[in-house]
Amino acid sequence: MMKIDVAIIGGGPAGLAAAIGARRAGIQNVLILEREAYLGGILNQCIHNGFGLHTFKEELTGPEYAERYVLQIEEMGIPYMLNTMVLNITRDKKITAANSGGLLEIEAGAVILAMGCRERPRGALNIPGTRPVGVYTAGTAQKYVNLDGYMPGKEVVVLGSGDIGLIMARRLTFEGAKVRAVIELMPYSGGLKRNIVQCLDDYGIPLKLSHTVTEIKGAPRLAGVTVAQVDENRKPIPGTEEYIPCDTLLLSVGLIPENELSKSADVLLSDITGGAVVNERLETNVEGIFSCGNVLHVHDLVDFVSEESERAGENAAQYVRGEHLSNKDGGGVRLLATNGVRYTVPFTIDPRNVKDKVDVRFRVDNVYRDKYVSVYFGDEREQRRRRMILTPGEMETVVIKKEMFLKYPGVKTITVTIEE
Amino acid sequence: MQKEIICISCPMGCRMSVTLDAGKVSQVTGATCKKGVDYAELECTNPMRIVTSTVPLSGSPLNTLPVKTQHAIPKDKIMDCVRSLKGITAKAPVAAGDIIVENVCGIGVNIVATRSSV
Amino acid sequence: MYDVAIVGAGIIGACVARKLSGYAIKTVVIEKDSDVGTGCTRANSGIVHGGYDAKPGSLKAKYNVLGQKMYDRLAKELRFPFKRNGSLVIAFDEKDIPRLEQLKEQGVENGLLDLRIAHKDELKELEPNLSENVYAALVVPAGGIVSPYEMAIAFAENAAQNGVEFMLDSEATSIDKKDGYFLISTPKGKVEARIIVNAAGEHSDEINNMLSEHKLKIIPRSGEYCLIDRTEGGLVKHTVFQLPTKMGKGILVTPTAEGNLLIGPTSADIEEKGNTATTMQGLGEVLEKARLSVKRVPINKIITSFCGLRPRTELDEFIIEEAKDVPGLINLCGIESPGLTAAPAIAEEVGRMIAERLNPAENKGFDPIRKITAPFRDMTGDERRAAIKENPDYGHIICRCETVTKAEIIAALRSPLPVRSLDAIKRRTRAGMGRCQAGFCSMRLLDIIAEECGISITDVTKSGGGSNILIERNKTSI
Repeated sequence: MMKIDVAIIGGGPAGLAAAIGARRAGIQNVLILEREAYLGGILNQCIHNGFGLHTFKEELTGPEYAERYVLQIEEMGIPYMLNTMVLNITRDKKITAANSGGLLEIEAGAVILAMGCRERPRGALNIPGTRPVGVYTAGTAQKYVNLDGYMPGKEVVVLGSGDIGLIMARRLTFEGAKVRAVIELMPYSGGLKRNIVQCLDDYGIPLKLSHTVTEIKGAPRLAGVTVAQVDENRKPIPGTEEYIPCDTLLLSVGLIPENELSKSADVLLSDITGGAVVNERLETNVEGIFSCGNVLHVHDLVDFVSEESERAGENAAQYVRGEHLSNKDGGGVRLLATNGVRYTVPFTIDPRNVKDKVDVRFRVDNVYRDKYVSVYFGDEREQRRRRMILTPGEMETVVIKKEMFLKYPGVKTITVTIEE
Repeated sequence: MQKEIICISCPMGCRMSVTLDAGKVSQVTGATCKKGVDYAELECTNPMRIVTSTVPLSGSPLNTLPVKTQHAIPKDKIMDCVRSLKGITAKAPVAAGDIIVENVCGIGVNIVATRSSV
Repeated sequence: MYDVAIVGAGIIGACVARKLSGYAIKTVVIEKDSDVGTGCTRANSGIVHGGYDAKPGSLKAKYNVLGQKMYDRLAKELRFPFKRNGSLVIAFDEKDIPRLEQLKEQGVENGLLDLRIAHKDELKELEPNLSENVYAALVVPAGGIVSPYEMAIAFAENAAQNGVEFMLDSEATSIDKKDGYFLISTPKGKVEARIIVNAAGEHSDEINNMLSEHKLKIIPRSGEYCLIDRTEGGLVKHTVFQLPTKMGKGILVTPTAEGNLLIGPTSADIEEKGNTATTMQGLGEVLEKARLSVKRVPINKIITSFCGLRPRTELDEFIIEEAKDVPGLINLCGIESPGLTAAPAIAEEVGRMIAERLNPAENKGFDPIRKITAPFRDMTGDERRAAIKENPDYGHIICRCETVTKAEIIAALRSPLPVRSLDAIKRRTRAGMGRCQAGFCSMRLLDIIAEECGISITDVTKSGGGSNILIERNKTSI
């Protein structure tokens, strides 16, 4: 049995920053467990630029961003194990992992969940038709092209206009494919404007909003897809069908936090985020188990992942030293997300643990123009900020300051809401 | 000449009309803020892009090496730049920032590695 | 010259192959696809039927009940997933009780003595997630669930282990009757055999019609299904049928032998053989009708949907006989439901027919036990430790959703059947079958298959012929 003060599950951007946070906060005995042959996680396959503007004030590619953190890990001498798959975590923070050296058993003082997320597969969409070769999630295709250096096809349709789908449309164009169209169910794209312009418009790739794929055709190889316009209830409109020949269909239809291990440790998950229900310290309902990055909630910018995860690392360090108040007594103020706000992270705040402020992250359920984001303490409106635009694709933030709690002693709920 | 473009500076995605006189921007309408006007001027006179791609990598556990143009290049040179990478293989060891192709397409910008490998 | 050529390596062909491997004769299995069990066997309900449903006196009834009773022993010998979970046939109305009674009587006549009818209160205890509208149900304790393709693989591997040869990617394109033997043409060469066992499923009419003047016709009937994540596998414990209709046994809700939840099938006669496309109407019908049986259908946990074909003839009965005008051609045709259940018993019958004709000696070396190591997933901590020590590839987890190791993938590639497609590996190891549907492991699998088989990564296929996953190096076409 190995004894580790802070064990970190996953060596992607979240795990790396969490390890750095824990070490900076004074914990020597930190260990990162990574299933791949290298650190950096999914960033290694995100070879496009656009990372790190907040953190490093310059625009990096995914591998460059990862390398900055890996260098810090090396400089700080933080230990990590590669090619190591965690198989189980218990609620008393015992970890079982496997690698070619054997089975590892670790007793951890604190555990930081940093496993990231996975893509929603075809089955989740239940698209009728054949089951040919040539249908992949965008991230799988990204692996094939960016890591292995091989093409899955030459004529491509992308379903879903999330950023990975947009980025892959451009990538496949560079590598010799013809991208026929990007199909989006919603009347707006979930991707960044910059990606729509620089990944689609630059190459004349049409973006079909309010459309979906209604049938997959061909066997054994994909021969084409039927695409149709949808009505306001997202149901295909008969008569609008169009057949697009293609040998590859990429799905970019959402990400799901990868919480199978969290479940084994009895961590309570939110139906909305798919991630753990955490308090202001990013601690789950299981004391000493923390969660950060995309396994907690899907982020749009890696910079926010790093920032959040570093805090998780610091908090885990404090927990190991017994420096913070337990959440056992349920002393937290509950955060409520209403009227267009889908969720908040954290879900509760214990004012006694707030040093100066808490960044509350949230997402909205639709596109809102010229509205106000308000924060209520109990029934009292404490904050009201005008926002020209709010979109589901962008993570938003409100800042809850220590002094607000002083102003409303005994407050039970804080509500984040959208108003006229 | 009139050009219609979408601003990429923020999620608003303002649709802007840009009037060009003799290659210079004389008027921008539809922008909600100054950032939009600045973007419109640059995008309509001298659109630039960073280009990222991969080349095969030999002598490494990695199969490919990700690369990028060291600086943004003119938008109309993107495909030339990508094509010029065809047939190029990098050799390990390589460090992020190492030059893989010098002065790509003669436009004065190098292609550099964006990942290190032993 | 072979003594017997079995055409088709579905569940019927595989069971017959294993039966014949008990004799000292030369047997070959000729299969058009790149793996066994890829036709009707791959996509069906995976139910071992009790035997109440078939008309008393029919071949369906006879082989259903005989076959059903063989499963416990076979599953042990051949190590395929099987569980006798029991079936329920539910009725929604008091006036359907006579139909349940009738089914029960039919079952008793077929030899099932432990059938009974349970009423609402008891059902609530038995299956708390049944719909409130369920009034009563026929309880069939003998009903079971099995993984049909794993069963086909198990029979085929054990047959191969005992000396049967398998030719994959070898479609029988023509067959000529010679003097005392048949000459079968395949893309991999000609095969001579004294006896042909026609187990070609959906294509068994074509094989018969190449030789016999008594023409047969398969009218494929499609069935669509939705497969739901293992987290929902416990929604029901029994296989829950609705009262049967003319078109089949209706939409069922069942746990699968691997622990998923399965709902389906629809039932529609189709024109085109091999058309296993799902349809919007079909999938809609599956969900709608499943909702009648259970309180909730977890549609947000659907992993995949698929469509299977039933190799039906107009006779509504199995054909298990030598073609009248072609001595030596044994037809196993129209083996639709309960064909999977009946398969081992049909194989016994075919064994008897072959023995009559060839009078063979026993295969002295026959080993009924399939040699296979337990999956890492099912090992205890100590077993895992020992396995990794013995072979470090056990410590290299390739598929995270199903906890499949590199050692198991390599073992599958080196198994008695020469398979190398992604789907073949998936069926043997479950790699890529979990909730992420191979998003994580497919690239690793391609690399392992290419390395182990000594082929280029662009030659690795999803399911054989033309289904290559990667087509060319980056920038080839720019």
